[in-house]
Amino acid sequence: MHELSIALGILEITEEEVERRGGVHVEGIHLRLGQLSGVVKEALLSAWEVASEQTEFETSRLVIEDVPIAVFCSTCQAERPVQSIQLLCCVECGTPATEVVRGRELLVSALELAE
Amino acid sequence: MNAQAISQPRIVEVRQNILKRNDELARELRQRFKDAGVFVVSLVSSPGSGKTAFLEKTLTLLKHRGGRPAALVGDLATDNDATRLARSQAPVRQITTGTLCHLEAAMVEKALEDWNLEELDFLFIENVGNLVCPSSYDLGENRRLVLLSVTEGEDKPLKYPTIFNSSDVAVVTKVDLAEAVEFDWNAAHANIQAVRPGMPVLRVSAKTGQGMDAWLASLAPTGS
Repeated sequence: MHELSIALGILEITEEEVERRGGVHVEGIHLRLGQLSGVVKEALLSAWEVASEQTEFETSRLVIEDVPIAVFCSTCQAERPVQSIQLLCCVECGTPATEVVRGRELLVSALELAE
Repeated sequence: MNAQAISQPRIVEVRQNILKRNDELARELRQRFKDAGVFVVSLVSSPGSGKTAFLEKTLTLLKHRGGRPAALVGDLATDNDATRLARSQAPVRQITTGTLCHLEAAMVEKALEDWNLEELDFLFIENVGNLVCPSSYDLGENRRLVLLSVTEGEDKPLKYPTIFNSSDVAVVTKVDLAEAVEFDWNAAHANIQAVRPGMPVLRVSAKTGQGMDAWLASLAPTGS
């Protein structure tokens, strides 16, 4: 359960942004969460409730965008989805994929601000 | 600026890596290791897969062959592992993580505070026994090993694809017990290759020493 550490990281980034912009209220925090990020969405949502409690972000909601795994397929010479996280093969031609190009994201992508 | 930000459309782009602090620190560590000529290997696995036995054997053999290895060992509460590893005569330091289920770059940095890295060829970092949490945290290592013991079953890679995918080498441990537990090598190999195509797989027994030479030979020369 390392999602609490992740939630604290989100809190820190949000605090920095708010400090930089000044006088804004954060309604929503948009995240990009890769399928290979090692973070479980449900656990992160619970951890966020704990981490944000009694802070100015207590009412800010997390808006999570899942990022599926994409690889560069050496046979197709193109970016492709994979069969599954348990089978990292090109969905088109079945070539095993060694180059993951998306799916490791663990980002705060945007903030929804209000006056 | 403030007035503008408030009156403008609500969504502002941030694009910040949540683990940026850890990643930055890990990059600094990696550079320090490189400058000092230390090759750094981290080990992840579930509890009881034989990380400490494998590491003790590795340290002992490297010492015996004139190498200068050291180890950091993460543990939730006890210093049992550090005590075991110290028998190898290599410098060993314990990182007690308390309730934290993984090591972070800052803990590694702190544990190394008064160590002279120039005096080392190899540094091994034994993570907390956990197949989930350590996967997200870069520790500045050159190579990450994921250990899988034959007694755990062949399907571990499918159950924990992320940690296998984030690792560089799979090490199957306790192979002296493979026959007794009817370990299915083909299934294990196929499962590892499914979640991390092309992953090198080593087979070792810390008890009999089987596979240890091949493992040590696979450690890149440090150039120091």
